[in-house]
Amino acid sequence: MLARVAETLYWMARYMERAENMARLINVNANLILDIPKKTVLGWEPLIDITGTRDIYVKRNDNFEERTVMKYLISDPESPVSIANSLKWARENARTVRDVIPREAWEQINALNHYAKDQLNVAMSKRGRFSYLNEVILRNQTIVGLLSGTVNRDQGYLFIRMGRNIERSDMTSRIIDVRSANLLTEESMELRPFENIQWMSVLKSLTAYQMYRQAMQARIRRSDVVKFLFQSQRFPRSILFCVQQMERCVQELPDYENTLRRIHQAKRLIQGAELQAYDQVMLHDFIDHIQIEMNHIHEALNEQYFLTGRISAQQQQQAS
Amino acid sequence: MSLSWNEYDPGKFFDELMQSKGKPRKYAKNLAKFLVDHSDQELETRKAVAELSIKEMGITFTVYTEEEGSIDRSWPLDILPRMIPKSEWDPIEQGLKQRVHALNLFIDDIYHDQKIIKDKIFPAELLANSVNFRKECVGISPPRNIWAHICGSDLVRDSDGTMYVLEDNLRVPSGVSYMLENRSVMKRVFPELFESYNIQPVDDYCSQLFDMLASLSPRPADYPEVVVLTPGIFNSAYFEHAYLAQQMGCELVEGRDLVVSDDDCVYMRTVEGLQRVDVIYRRIDDLFLDPEAFDKKSMLGVPGLLRAWKKGNVALANAPGAGVADDKVVYAFVPEIIKYYLGEDVLLPNVPTYRCMYQDEQDYVLNNLADLVVKPANESGGYGMMIGPVASKKEREKFAQLIKKDPRNYIAQPTLGLSTVPTFIDHGVEPRHVDLRPFILSGDSISVTMGGLTRVALRKGSLVVNSSQGGGSKDTWIVEEDA
Repeated sequence: MLARVAETLYWMARYMERAENMARLINVNANLILDIPKKTVLGWEPLIDITGTRDIYVKRNDNFEERTVMKYLISDPESPVSIANSLKWARENARTVRDVIPREAWEQINALNHYAKDQLNVAMSKRGRFSYLNEVILRNQTIVGLLSGTVNRDQGYLFIRMGRNIERSDMTSRIIDVRSANLLTEESMELRPFENIQWMSVLKSLTAYQMYRQAMQARIRRSDVVKFLFQSQRFPRSILFCVQQMERCVQELPDYENTLRRIHQAKRLIQGAELQAYDQVMLHDFIDHIQIEMNHIHEALNEQYFLTGRISAQQQQQAS
Repeated sequence: MSLSWNEYDPGKFFDELMQSKGKPRKYAKNLAKFLVDHSDQELETRKAVAELSIKEMGITFTVYTEEEGSIDRSWPLDILPRMIPKSEWDPIEQGLKQRVHALNLFIDDIYHDQKIIKDKIFPAELLANSVNFRKECVGISPPRNIWAHICGSDLVRDSDGTMYVLEDNLRVPSGVSYMLENRSVMKRVFPELFESYNIQPVDDYCSQLFDMLASLSPRPADYPEVVVLTPGIFNSAYFEHAYLAQQMGCELVEGRDLVVSDDDCVYMRTVEGLQRVDVIYRRIDDLFLDPEAFDKKSMLGVPGLLRAWKKGNVALANAPGAGVADDKVVYAFVPEIIKYYLGEDVLLPNVPTYRCMYQDEQDYVLNNLADLVVKPANESGGYGMMIGPVASKKEREKFAQLIKKDPRNYIAQPTLGLSTVPTFIDHGVEPRHVDLRPFILSGDSISVTMGGLTRVALRKGSLVVNSSQGGGSKDTWIVEEDA
């Protein structure tokens, strides 16, 4: 497989997954806002921090009102994190490799991009937003299923899975972070009664509620939910699960030692965390740490397999 | 309300479907009746099906404009097909084979002994001035001595019904993917018509293309590594490059994916490391192929590619330098070329062509600019030409100057009354002018597509069919009449 094609498939899958999870992220915050008592509501500002793009946001906007944030996260073509932008890049990447992915998958990715653009008005209305975001999630799931059901299990598919899982762990960690950002003080007596409801909405936005019930057979409790979302060996959106997927994928590739070492480092970090002892601040730092580990894994992949990495290595060699 | 043929009037032009006002040609009767039997609304629905299919299948072409950069546009297909009876197509096919065969002999001769020049059939000064002649290719013998493996020739039909060759594209002709996609869309739109007509299939083009390319491999192996080389996603024909690679099951590569190693072989950078490449179907112009040999600034090409090709370590299709035979001045000599190499008379006529390099012909051109189409020798896509009858006086004067300054670079032809085909315009059907581009593959044997890509000028009275300038396309049906 061409190094450039491997890289493109990887990014195509990342952008698809990013769009889906951005939709989930917005949904979870919308639900939280409805559940929390009105006077304590922190609104939409925390979402901007969670995407890690505050600098860009404040350059383009002067308030954190719902409509402004929604525009930035859903429709703004200049926003690096908007759903519209992710889907555009998913499509551009797919277009570059349309010769290697099944035609139906390309048609679906292309159609989703058209849908997302054509329905922006609906998305910006409060009433239409939920169904719009759900449609984005559902269509992404369809594409994942279509690829899984029609693509040869060759290197290309491994890179699609790598991209999907690295992005999914990163974004799942951000979705959990919404919850911690919305509750600055754990002890806030006022919020205690709502705590479980809020974790329930995090679970639901990750389509994890039923699976949590089945797997944990427990009430909704912070420590169990956090454990489930970070450390479950069975739930396909848990961070450990994603990392283990990457671990398996990479071993089917040539010369995987470096990348595997990075993956193992991330895995140890996740498995070793005593999550029940973490307060919100510690949880938030832990999440940051996970995101940095994901970056390291990406760097290792880039150096070993991708054209960008190959060419920059070659240039460094020639320069020295 | 439904469509009525009584109002359809092709005027003085030859119409591909209608014999005269209200009277369809024999082979178009079923189609004409089908359209009358269906309501406007039904036809509108079919049109919408076609448009949606094209959008969802992502059949696009890229347009570059100063203001907006490059935009990916949906491919324009008019759902009314162009039909040619098979009995009429067969001789055209023979004519195309004859032509391409002779052109390949010509190119090979030009890069070796130049007998045709020594025998005074082809003027030496034409070659000396040719922008597509590559001195780097002199003395090279590509596999089977074939240079133009893929050729796209443009055919037009004049008012009297004669089919002429307008030009040959021997460098990187494009459009074949649209021919194939048009057919697959049309099968979704008019399944009934495919049942009632015996339409010759076009689907085997890609497997023929692959077999031809594979046969060029310098290493006799069961599975030669064949790749399609594209300038990248911003090229107007990128869709086609990706389409052909996908249909042939080979890698679509860009210049940066390839590297020529110290052993003068071509390799592609894969996840595992370097992997040898045997055959390159290149969709990059000669001058951008190899910055070492040609344009130093080219970012699209592969340094050392020409070196590898000269050593016979990799096959390039079409071969560099093949374009020497597709300039419009060489075109004017094709009948002589066929006679010289094959000893045969030309089967498919050229459009009468005035060569401005000869004083008497130039004088005729300058005196009759208002009736002629003037074309530069080496431009494609309809750029840089002048259509006399519609050009302004100022434009004609500009071209008169251009011709006097560089006569060798210009030819002129009478304006033909290009044939028309009924085409959906707004809510009715009107005649619009068309041309036809069949594709010819040359390897062990020569094969021609069944029909080709019909391009249609969507503006009333316009003769410009290029998609980059507002043209559309039609499916082309070669039909058995007695079916």
